[in-house]
Amino acid sequence: MKGKVFSIVFVLAVIGLLLSMFLAVSYGAKEITLTTVWSTVFAYDPAVTSHQIIHELRLPRVIGAAVIGAAFAVAGALMQGVTRNPLADAGILGVNAGATFVVALSFAFFPQLPYSALMLLSFVGAVMSASFIFLLGSAAPGGLTPLRLTVAGAVVAALLHSLSTGIAIYFELSQDLAFWYAGGLGGIKWSHVQWLAPIILLTLLWTPLLGRSISAIALGHDVASNLGVQTKRIQVIAMVVAVVLAGVSVSAVGSIGFVGLVVPHMARKLVGVDYRLMVPLSAVLGAILLVLADLGARMVNPPKELAISVMVALVGVPFFLYLARRERGDY
Amino acid sequence: MNQQEAARQKRAVLVSFWLILTCVAAILYSLHTGSIRLSPYQVLMTLLGYGSADDSLVLFAYRLPRIVITMLAGVGLGISGAILQGLYRNSLADPGVLGLHAGAAFGLVIFVSFFRSLEGMISLILPLFTFAGAVLAAILIVLLAYDRHRGVMPIRLILVGIALAAGFSAVTLFLSLRLDEGTYAFAARWLAGNVWGREWANVLALLPWILLLVPYVISEAKVLDAFLLGEEVAIGIGTPVRRQRYVLLFAAVALASASVSMAGGVGFIGLAAPHLARRLVGPLHRYMLPISGLIGLVILVVADTIGRSIFQPNAIPAGVVVAAVGAPYFLYVLAKTKS
Repeated sequence: MKGKVFSIVFVLAVIGLLLSMFLAVSYGAKEITLTTVWSTVFAYDPAVTSHQIIHELRLPRVIGAAVIGAAFAVAGALMQGVTRNPLADAGILGVNAGATFVVALSFAFFPQLPYSALMLLSFVGAVMSASFIFLLGSAAPGGLTPLRLTVAGAVVAALLHSLSTGIAIYFELSQDLAFWYAGGLGGIKWSHVQWLAPIILLTLLWTPLLGRSISAIALGHDVASNLGVQTKRIQVIAMVVAVVLAGVSVSAVGSIGFVGLVVPHMARKLVGVDYRLMVPLSAVLGAILLVLADLGARMVNPPKELAISVMVALVGVPFFLYLARRERGDY
Repeated sequence: MNQQEAARQKRAVLVSFWLILTCVAAILYSLHTGSIRLSPYQVLMTLLGYGSADDSLVLFAYRLPRIVITMLAGVGLGISGAILQGLYRNSLADPGVLGLHAGAAFGLVIFVSFFRSLEGMISLILPLFTFAGAVLAAILIVLLAYDRHRGVMPIRLILVGIALAAGFSAVTLFLSLRLDEGTYAFAARWLAGNVWGREWANVLALLPWILLLVPYVISEAKVLDAFLLGEEVAIGIGTPVRRQRYVLLFAAVALASASVSMAGGVGFIGLAAPHLARRLVGPLHRYMLPISGLIGLVILVVADTIGRSIFQPNAIPAGVVVAAVGAPYFLYVLAKTKS
């Protein structure tokens, strides 16, 4: 029964994703008819301008939005599962803060760095701060508890965020950093998608294998141990996967909150707490959310773009409030 | 009074003594440092009324009001955090987590978007905007966290606070990206916790809140102790839980937003000061609240002094210094304690 519901929901979600990607490719500052979109995809002619716009600007952007949305959502779902913390997302484990901190440093000391180097550095920053938080949470007597991990994450994130602001103020580059932090998919090109997409998709392929164990951990560590799940090992693996996914995404588009927080909740509402079903559904829903958010960011006030993090918050905040209203306070 | 109680009291007195000593030292050091240096001797003579006209001007018109504001705001933030943590039995609760800072920041950005200029008299109404922003956030939080049957629920309050903080921050970000470079730089400094108020008028705007609310909250210490035991127990021993919660929540909001409106979005004090106080004198609010206030005071004064004196000419906001010093200590405590 559950499987059947899942199949229906999943198929509908995939159709929804294809539709929103199609919409996002055809709408923008320059309106392009659906037949042109069709012919670009299936009979590309580099001499036609609208074909070029679609091929060089919109397609990489929409594909980038889809994979990054999926990555954020799955990272959030994994973190919520293994930390048993319904509010966990990339922000909580310091991924955004670590990336921003390293970007602030490189803005201050190496202002001429190319975009790709900046991406690599911010990925390194994200991984470093997340590992630090994870090690700190594990090192204490009593081991890694959800509460300790959350507190350590919140503190380290606040510290790094504050230091980034300090650097930005001292070197007078606040607004540059704010633009980076606000995020956006405007800079995504084929050359980025070419290595973003494989990394994210390959990492995503691993996640269904974790689903069963994470479902058990989500029920509680004692339950998980009784079921023969190696809690510690799964936690580490899931965290590594989540940090890679979120780190790559943040490095490409800046700090976009809420996707990782909201989407897993939506998926849970639709198919329940079985992570084998929830994680793939989260991926598709996350992709839809980010594709539509990016389209919205482009459409609100063309040709200017709204920061995508603002757009995501516009969707995310009301939804989150709705969730909070229904919250019975049981955890 | 039993023996344990006597020991607690003795410890609280001892801790307060050392904290007050630290405060005095920090304030004296803070008075002598800054872009114009006054020697400790000059400071002392000027305070006693024997200083030169220039020294008096620097000290009384500029440095003293700023330090008084820093002191008051530190107390306000420390006690506000202690109330929130006590009310919601949640060691993560602080004015920042509950979205009050984000609301205040929203007020600030609205202000600078409208007026652009921050010179002259118009800057004096800035605190009204930040205060209004924080109160707006607080009202929204309580309204959205309200349940017809169960009142304001703790977990829901935290969740709503996080969501509203994110919402306000998004709008703030949106507005601040449209500001010109100079105005943005001011807003960014404020957001990072730069002590903003530096006139006696600002002191007068902040003082009544602290003078009225801090003694009131300390007089209600028993109620907060009751909350620590859990809601059922609190009702059982005759505490009117709901009404008291609103009154204390209002006090926490007022203390935090008044402090933040003058001292900028300083985080961490509301989180760290109660933790430290609890470690020093235990969980009883009678002792813990005043100690939280004193710790908040010491932290903010020291942080503002460091930010002003070490990083000349581009002073670093106190909030950054607080985080840079407070976070590692907090992490150390976290790593030491059993969950």
